[in-house]
Amino acid sequence: MMRARFAPVLALVTVITVVQLLTFAAGREFYLTQLTMTAYYSLIVVGLCLLMGFAGQISLGHAGFFAIGGYTTAVLTTLDLSAYRDLGVVSRLASLGVLSARQDLYGGHILCVHPWVAFAAAVLLALGVAWAIGIPVLKLKGHYLAMATLGFGTIIFSLVLGTQRFGAADGISSVPPFPLLPGMSVSGGSSLRVLNYYFAWLLVAAAMVLLVNLINSRVGRALRSIHGAEDAASAMGVDTARYKLSIFMLSAVLAAIAGVFLTHFNGGIGPSEASIMKSVRYVAIVAVGGMGSIWGTLIMSVVLNFLSLRGSFGTFDDAVFGGILILIMLFAPDGIIGSDLRALVRKFLPKADVVKRPEK
Amino acid sequence: MVSLIRFCCSELVLIELFFQYLVAGLTYGTIYAIVGIGFNIIYNTTGIINFAQGEFVMLGGMTAVSLHAHLPLPLAVLGAVVITMIIGGLIEIAFIRWLVKPSVLRMIIITIGISILVREAALTVWGEGVRSLPYFTGNEVSALSFGGVRVSPQVLWSIGVCSVVVLLLNLFFKYTMLGREMRACASNRDAAALCGIPTRNMVTLSFVLSAGIGALAGCVVSPITYTQYNIGTGLAIKGFTVAILGGLGNSMAAVAAGFILGILESFSIWVLPTAYKDAISISILLAMLFVRPSGLFGNREAMRLKDF
Repeated sequence: MMRARFAPVLALVTVITVVQLLTFAAGREFYLTQLTMTAYYSLIVVGLCLLMGFAGQISLGHAGFFAIGGYTTAVLTTLDLSAYRDLGVVSRLASLGVLSARQDLYGGHILCVHPWVAFAAAVLLALGVAWAIGIPVLKLKGHYLAMATLGFGTIIFSLVLGTQRFGAADGISSVPPFPLLPGMSVSGGSSLRVLNYYFAWLLVAAAMVLLVNLINSRVGRALRSIHGAEDAASAMGVDTARYKLSIFMLSAVLAAIAGVFLTHFNGGIGPSEASIMKSVRYVAIVAVGGMGSIWGTLIMSVVLNFLSLRGSFGTFDDAVFGGILILIMLFAPDGIIGSDLRALVRKFLPKADVVKRPEK
Repeated sequence: MVSLIRFCCSELVLIELFFQYLVAGLTYGTIYAIVGIGFNIIYNTTGIINFAQGEFVMLGGMTAVSLHAHLPLPLAVLGAVVITMIIGGLIEIAFIRWLVKPSVLRMIIITIGISILVREAALTVWGEGVRSLPYFTGNEVSALSFGGVRVSPQVLWSIGVCSVVVLLLNLFFKYTMLGREMRACASNRDAAALCGIPTRNMVTLSFVLSAGIGALAGCVVSPITYTQYNIGTGLAIKGFTVAILGGLGNSMAAVAAGFILGILESFSIWVLPTAYKDAISISILLAMLFVRPSGLFGNREAMRLKDF
């Protein structure tokens, strides 16, 4: 049982390594940059898959949580506090290590919040927002839930776009690297490309382990019962509101973490990351991957995000995702990695976390 | 308090300003109301919220601008409305008609997909440029003066067209056979089918109808608000807010709600930066959904029985 459950994770780690070696052998290591970004986007998508496929709640505002993570860290790590160095609070924070001094592009010394502190702040903020939004929003169903989350996403987008401190339409640039270990940081430098690739994908692998465990636990069974029939689940003593809220918060935190690291990796963030189209794109990927399959979703996320980031769809990027959404929902609402492929997978992996569910 | 003091200082200027904001609010209110009515027509016959509703407004405006290069204005508007109606009907036939009891989630995603495709097609056809129809009467600077308050004739056009549309819709649903059949379909689809009403055709008709009034609204407000390929999503959210505010399915209430939202939004510029205008109206939507999802004029008890 344990082996079957984590076999895909092992397979994932193997594939990650093989892909890196292949790109090295083929002399196409620049692919790793897009693959690293793909990993971060996949982190959001698998979180959303848990929310949509297992808890049965749609969210059309997940780009909002990504933006909360990305913009929090971008603002905090680029906000220069050196002018307030003499202030008691600021100097105390600096001596506690909350603030860190570094040189900016022009060689001037600036004093900013340390990336790790910014990371904590971003995660806490995302948790807080998800909690505050989730309590009322998750009481809604169907169209109302979709519109409410869409509304949340739009509010974040228009706040980001309309606020000077967030760089308005230009976004925030020159975000510093995120130090992980001595000699290793999350940044776009080509010397750290391989390390960054592995870090991003290990993060995804860790998230997958977490999700696989969650799905196969008491929580996972409760979630499936909520998806199947919420009233029945509630009658059986499942605290539906609490489960839905915790999963919403979990997926929000995953999106925020992805936002933090991708922002440090790219060295900046722009308002397009908060746009509705991004949220819709995440939903599209979950739909293609099959609503109830985190592995199917991960595979489709890699394929689609990588192609999109490589620019394979040209100017029709959004149209491709729109078309995919319609085609999948019309002809294969269970996803293309649906029943056939899943049955095939099940032959090799008895009792893996692939669960088929009738459409609601 | 501050605004009160300001009010006393320059009362006259302020009253004029007040009415200018009011008129601006009414203008936007008409278009929100019409999009909201479009939502309601389709929701009533199908139980679907059509997320592509705003796209009809964009298509109407854009098509009319293109047609106006070759045709006189009234014909261009008429042509745009007819073309958008055909597109609306085709969308329903291609994507929705043949689905057997689709889930709500599936319908939401499909209509979102449709709105993306329409928007991207518009981007390919018309580009990113901002377009607009000429003023129906007069031009940018002509204005009718009502005791110091200057109102563009186009504002009167849009309010007038909105009123006529609402009136005609009411007559249509009350007194024509087709309208009654649509209402029957709305109140109980199975029973309507048993009575020999072709319910599938009624659904197509509801798409055609709501595409038509959306396109008409898009033409009328185009001179004031301009038309661009991406205005649809914003309008859809506003229209939905209005539909919710009035109570989903209630077209007359949507008109009142449209004016309320338009006016609130226009006065919000007084206290907050313009960039946050959208955030305000969406906050109203969220607050409404949380506190009173049955709408300002809706019946709470009846709402509880509806299926989502």
